[in-house]
Amino acid sequence: MHRDSERHKLFARRALMLGGGKAALLSVLVGRMYYLQVIESERYVTLADENRINFRLLPPPRGRIVDRYGRSMADNQQNYRVVIIPEQAGDVEQTLIKLSRIIPLGSGEKRRILREVKRKRAFVPITVRENLDWEEVARIEVNTPDLPGIVIDVGQSRNYVRGQETAHVLGYVSAVSEKELTGDPLLELPGFRIGKAGVEKVYDLALRGAGGNSQVEVNALGRVIRELDRQEGQPGNELRLTIDLELQSYTAERVGEQSASVVVTDVHTGEILALVSSPGFDPNAFNTGLTQLEWEGLTRNPMSPLTNKVVAGQYAPGSTFKPVVALAALEKGAISPETKVFCNGKTSLGNAEFHCWKKGGHGAMDMQGALEHSCDVYFYEVARRTGIERISDMARRLGLGDRLGLDLPGEKKGLMPSNTWKLAAVGTSWQLGETLIAGIGQGYILTTPLQLAVMTARIANGGRAVTPRLTLDSVVGAKVEPLSQEEPAPLGIPPEHIAIVKHGMDNVVNSPTGTAFRARIPTERWRMAGKTGTVQVRRISKAERETGVLKNEDLPWEERDHALFVGYAPADNPRYAVSVVIEHGGSGSKAAAPVARDVLRETLRLAERNQGQPERGEV
Amino acid sequence: MAYYDGFLSTPKMSLGKKLLHMHWLFVILLTLTASIGFAMLYSAAGGDLDPWASRQMVRFAIGILGMLVIAVTDIRLWLRYAYVFYFGVLALLVAVEIAGFVGMGAQRWISLGAFNVQPSELMKIALVLALARYFHGASIDDVGRFLFLLPPVLMIAIPSALILRQPDLGTTLMLGLVGVAMFFAAGVRMWVFGLGALLAMIAAPVAWFTLLRDYQKQRILTFLNPETDTLGSGYHIIQSKIALGSGGMFGKGYMLGTQSHLNFLPEKQTDFIFTMLAEEFGLVGGLTLLFLYFLLLMYGLVISVSSRNHFGRLVGLGVTASFFLYVFINIAMVMGLIPVVGVPLPLVSYGGTVMLTLLFGFGLLLGVHIHREMTIGRRDSGDEF
Repeated sequence: MHRDSERHKLFARRALMLGGGKAALLSVLVGRMYYLQVIESERYVTLADENRINFRLLPPPRGRIVDRYGRSMADNQQNYRVVIIPEQAGDVEQTLIKLSRIIPLGSGEKRRILREVKRKRAFVPITVRENLDWEEVARIEVNTPDLPGIVIDVGQSRNYVRGQETAHVLGYVSAVSEKELTGDPLLELPGFRIGKAGVEKVYDLALRGAGGNSQVEVNALGRVIRELDRQEGQPGNELRLTIDLELQSYTAERVGEQSASVVVTDVHTGEILALVSSPGFDPNAFNTGLTQLEWEGLTRNPMSPLTNKVVAGQYAPGSTFKPVVALAALEKGAISPETKVFCNGKTSLGNAEFHCWKKGGHGAMDMQGALEHSCDVYFYEVARRTGIERISDMARRLGLGDRLGLDLPGEKKGLMPSNTWKLAAVGTSWQLGETLIAGIGQGYILTTPLQLAVMTARIANGGRAVTPRLTLDSVVGAKVEPLSQEEPAPLGIPPEHIAIVKHGMDNVVNSPTGTAFRARIPTERWRMAGKTGTVQVRRISKAERETGVLKNEDLPWEERDHALFVGYAPADNPRYAVSVVIEHGGSGSKAAAPVARDVLRETLRLAERNQGQPERGEV
Repeated sequence: MAYYDGFLSTPKMSLGKKLLHMHWLFVILLTLTASIGFAMLYSAAGGDLDPWASRQMVRFAIGILGMLVIAVTDIRLWLRYAYVFYFGVLALLVAVEIAGFVGMGAQRWISLGAFNVQPSELMKIALVLALARYFHGASIDDVGRFLFLLPPVLMIAIPSALILRQPDLGTTLMLGLVGVAMFFAAGVRMWVFGLGALLAMIAAPVAWFTLLRDYQKQRILTFLNPETDTLGSGYHIIQSKIALGSGGMFGKGYMLGTQSHLNFLPEKQTDFIFTMLAEEFGLVGGLTLLFLYFLLLMYGLVISVSSRNHFGRLVGLGVTASFFLYVFINIAMVMGLIPVVGVPLPLVSYGGTVMLTLLFGFGLLLGVHIHREMTIGRRDSGDEF
């Protein structure tokens, strides 16, 4: 029987060898466990958390924009959109193809989405389409099991209460372009909008607010199981503008379809109560994205609806510049207010002839009369005596020739020429004839409607350096603080000089012989003072002058004169100044002055009505 | 006690005596291990006995009873019907080829009236019994003869080929390795194994192009480089490693495994249950289970070696080897040491057939223990039963 015992021994030996092998293999398992769970543990803890924890940015609601009485100008509305989360979708292209069977998707849109997918992190949702209607939302929801990574999102879209009427004040918001990415993760959120024009752009940081975030636990399918932590963002600040929305609407309506600028400012504070650049555009349309056709319609329109002409339109001021020339002359002592200049319809300098707008002339004119009748010959003479440097200096003090720092983008400087400027810019020295032309606000001089309004306000308030602004508060970066109101600094213009000019401007409107008499405000306590201006767009040749100048209405639109008017009211105790520029509108007295009258009258009417209404800090 | 070849030397034992000789400690260890499984299945269901834990408990209870019945059955009966059993299961395997239905993408199940059976699982037991019987009747000299080895090689090869066709790589692998272990324990010469290894190396590329299905090849390729396919096959391995690693030393706490409960971990109630345990109880939990397995394996070895009959020794060794392979392949798989082959964790993973097969095997092992003093002649085939 030792055959079996031999077999047993061999078996025992081999079994022990196998047992040893098993023990060795088990030790390998133990080693591996130690490696994974102790040595590499930290790495895997991180990976597990990355698996289960998703950070979601919570976009803050954009701040409202309200007018001076707290009436809403821009707010937010709910908007359904469909987004795709590449991480969850897996094959984005395939998912989009499936989605396009449910809602229409252009190939251009698909390309845009695929481009964004490459650019952004895989967990960042990318907008596929916005402004879905209920039916589309329902169709997508029903099909969600077949559409991995497709999510319906409720977003907020900007709503401009008065649309076109406030377009150039508020501007608009639109999707963030690649150039505008600053690293702020908010900007990478789908459907996030930033201000692209108007106060939306200037005060974007204040309106934007700060994003919150939510840490959520998700399962393997990306479904949110619970929220682990949530930090609420900071909603955007409410921005209170100086605009009187009612006046703004009235003004926009009054201007109608003309290519024009109207701006109303408080002569003491510089607050802008109305600012209209016409034609406008529909800012709500930018929110959803314009079609190519709409965009071309806006950019190719000769009336350039996208340009805010109040700050970016530069025009020769024409006769509205005469009060400046008068003040400069008085300051220099170049002429006394009583000194008369005889106007026979023209004056000559060397070989050149300078014509008055009135054929046959005004006769003997003193300063008051020259302002009232807008006599060109008088101002040729006064300008000649005063010199371009003094005129330019006075104009700059009154706010012309440089940016005023209004809180709107695209403000232009205008141009106040001088000898040094001409040497630098043109290369030749200043000619006396150019001074004469400057005396009637033509030639090189360029001003913006805003500058004209400020100039008028500075004259009306007795020579104080009021500056225009659009917000009731001080807004710096994202901070909004109450404004500390400072009395504007005096410009060093003697009050008696101001009084002479103001008297002249009063007569322009209220003297039966004044150029704007037909546009006066009959209500005595609202009496308007002002100055008309008609600016030639084309040169009138000698031959034409002799055969008779063509009537404005007979010219093509783009060759007609610009109509200007600057004014303030009430004449005795000025509160509001206005400037009106109507491109190719014809004469200042006929086209611009009536608009100015209606707007100022409405301004005063509303101001009286709203007295005691909450304004500023009170809400 | 004297040994006589071909002579039944030990009288029948009474049932009471058999129960007294039962290796109760082993039964307790089994129950402890299975209880860990119940706890994990409870957790996998999100703190519910339904749908897994309760059913697993019922199966275990029935299985334990069956195991005890098998353990007290005279071992000679198993010797006698080893081949019958083997060919019966082989017939079932062929039957699945014809009538089996597809579960989990593979033909593995056969419907036997009320319940479904995986013949491939039963084959693990049948093969152990058949090989044990074959080698039981072999002298040392027989084992040394090359041609003598041909029948047992076929005994392994035929069911392996059938199971690989199903396709079930894990079970095929286990059958082969159990066979090798039994050849080894039976005393087959070392050079035979060398030759076998050589043949396997030649056969591997052939198998790659002919026998392996695409998904099996994919699993192997994925194993070699899991990071290439983070959302496909590699996902399982990566998520399992993350779950294990993030468990750390002491784990995330019972029912608090994020990877498992948020479904990042696939098949957490079956093949990847060890991962879940290690995530929730950490290294400590994993080692505890591993230690239980180690104890069971040690007792298995001791039982095999201490049997006085060769059939019992080989059965014990085969059952133990098969048990070890379950443990090793599963745990190595979830830790990314070997490709995902779909072998459950014995006693812990949810699954009926595997549980029953295991307890069947342990029944045999305990039977070997109870009948350890019984000597059975080389040429005795238990025909008197």
